[in-house]
Amino acid sequence: MHKHITLGHGSGGKLTSDLVKGIFASAFGMNGPLTDSAITGARGEEVAFTTDSYVVDPIFFPGGDIGKLAVCGTVNDLAVAGAVPLSLAASFIIEEGFETGKLETIAGSMAAACLEAGVKIVTGDTKVVEKGKCDEVFITTTGIGLVRPEYRDIGTGRMVAPGDILIVSGPLGNHSIAVTAARKQLSFVTDIVSDCAPLNKMIGRLLDAGAGIRFMRDLTRGGLATVLNELAEMTGFDIYLEEPKIPVDEPVKGVCEMLGFDPLYLANEGKILLVVSQTDATGAIGILRSDPYGKNASVAGHIKDTRGKTVEMKTAAGGTRILNQLSGVQLPRIC
Amino acid sequence: MADVSAGGAIFRAGLQMLDDVKPGDYVLLHAGFAIQKIDEEEALETIRLLGEIQQAGSGEL
Amino acid sequence: MKFISEYRDSRSAEAVANAIRHEARRNYTFMEVCGGHTAAIHRFGIPSILPPEIKLLSGPGCPVCVTPLGYVNKAVALSLERDVIITSFGDLIRVPGSSSSLWDAKASGADVRIVISALDAVDLAAANPDKKVVFMGIGFETTAPGTAAAINRAAGEDLKNFCVLSGHKIMPPAMEAVIREGTAIDGFICPGHVATITGSSVFDFIPRKYGLGCVVSGFEPADILLSILMLVRQVNSSAPACEIEYSRVVTAEGNLKAKALMNKVFQPEDSEWRGLGNISLSGLGIHDAFRYYDASVLFDGLTGEEEGEENPSCLCGEVLRGRKRPSDCRLFAKSCTPENPAGACMVSSEGACNAFYRFKKDA
Repeated sequence: MHKHITLGHGSGGKLTSDLVKGIFASAFGMNGPLTDSAITGARGEEVAFTTDSYVVDPIFFPGGDIGKLAVCGTVNDLAVAGAVPLSLAASFIIEEGFETGKLETIAGSMAAACLEAGVKIVTGDTKVVEKGKCDEVFITTTGIGLVRPEYRDIGTGRMVAPGDILIVSGPLGNHSIAVTAARKQLSFVTDIVSDCAPLNKMIGRLLDAGAGIRFMRDLTRGGLATVLNELAEMTGFDIYLEEPKIPVDEPVKGVCEMLGFDPLYLANEGKILLVVSQTDATGAIGILRSDPYGKNASVAGHIKDTRGKTVEMKTAAGGTRILNQLSGVQLPRIC
Repeated sequence: MADVSAGGAIFRAGLQMLDDVKPGDYVLLHAGFAIQKIDEEEALETIRLLGEIQQAGSGEL
Repeated sequence: MKFISEYRDSRSAEAVANAIRHEARRNYTFMEVCGGHTAAIHRFGIPSILPPEIKLLSGPGCPVCVTPLGYVNKAVALSLERDVIITSFGDLIRVPGSSSSLWDAKASGADVRIVISALDAVDLAAANPDKKVVFMGIGFETTAPGTAAAINRAAGEDLKNFCVLSGHKIMPPAMEAVIREGTAIDGFICPGHVATITGSSVFDFIPRKYGLGCVVSGFEPADILLSILMLVRQVNSSAPACEIEYSRVVTAEGNLKAKALMNKVFQPEDSEWRGLGNISLSGLGIHDAFRYYDASVLFDGLTGEEEGEENPSCLCGEVLRGRKRPSDCRLFAKSCTPENPAGACMVSSEGACNAFYRFKKDA
């Protein structure tokens, strides 16, 4: 473990995983797989329970703001756990001097996201800290939802079998690039907007249709590459990914080419990975594509029958290579 | 300075190293500078060569 | 994107790889001396397409990998000076110095900012007249003209609070040093962006003097494979030459305007390379006429921990000379990982160790 916490510990990659496992999971006695929502409760009624903190910089970005993100992120964490989101708690840490008008805007976008998702914020907390002790506003949202019993294991990888198909619900990297551009520290401009959206209705339709989903995860921090490595680790199977089939929008590709980023590691706030059986793949794609948030869904690869816990990727050039967990953070590369 | 589009994303590019670039030209953008104009004839020539190698299949040109 | 996707197509790549397989008569070892090539080779899985007769070695082409420890220490010491803003390409930020990197310095309060153009650093200086903005000028003939343009602009605007710590280097002397080390290679995949500026003629001495083939290559899979095919043909016909595959941007004479800018602002000086030691006239110091913009003159009294010993177990030097592979190092993937790099080759995504680590099984 590092002597000091660095920004790399927040990247979603290996350092984050080391931090969470090494300090929190061990201290809190969390021994099971670390999924997006814990499933808790007793006697039939099972409850999914999750929490997440939002410290995005800048707090307003094309396609959303920290408030919309805080609602959608937690709603999506519940939804990908196979739960119907019910209620949220929202906790605010506000920097002294923060403009009230901005807080109203943020609250407004939280309300709009809740309305769309069909959830309510039922409790919360507010603290104000001295100027400089936080950056404008930080939000923590905690959510509960009711789990559909047959989907209890949808986040654990236990239902995944060789031959299963990987589906990505849409183009990758838009949130990350939109936020990076909005930060204005690197001199480029784009019209890329964040994909930040509540996905619970789309996911609900998939589950209602009995689309045979065997695994589901949202592709947030660390991106698709990180989720696939976690899935390989959980299931023990090798995973085969086909790079040319993974949707990435042209401007995102352009920024990645220029700065040396890999879209497979970039954060999304409105994209999921689904694993379904071969027979269910066409149906699942159909349902996704009928939803505005899944209209560019695409098959991206499959689960292999070998047990090497490795993500192997066929590249655009027809070669193959290993897709590892994110190491450190992606910094713009020039030379 | 010029705006250079990379797949629709716009980067600012210094033009200190090029003469007579005009809107619509393709350039090689490196570390914030347009360091060369793409010679479209040569670019197509390489694409033609790749096509020939594909055609030849066995690699005999 | 136009002029990229055409060269990234798997049918072209496979066809060229087949041609290489068909024409290969023996084993060949080629060295790429550009970090961009190292990154592309691994990113596109080029080794998995190539026939077993072709072995690729990474040479001293990753700018941060060849940047000596003393430079990083100086950068860290500068970052801790009062009212200094350090500006750098992302590549350098995480390179470990003797006791810390710029990234660590940032965590302890230094003002370190990533820029994607040297001109951004000039803008930052103009916007912060009460600060001293120091740009970390590293890289080869590709980034050096940009640094020159930035200094030239600052001088033109009479901007007093901008300066550069030049660690710029030029490529041909390092290639000659590798040849003289006796590393067994059959030819060079020459750096396409360097040659865009310098022209391919700077590599002419390699076939002439040392009988080794050179092909200046682009960065897409088909470019790299085509360059390998051209090198195989040179070896097979015993006719080493300096050829250009990347003809859409590279000419024999290069970019005259960029070269003039470089010659105006920089002057050749001896330079320390990690792994290769001191190479005569391989560095670009800031010309006396622009000494006001030279951080090494301005902060002359600054000692910090300028010099430093490399970790004696780190094989970066051997790796950069093509003598050892990353996996030969006993630190590799153990005490040296991208999260916690012991040597510079593990830091940049263009470093041979980093590329090996990220694309290797069970890393």
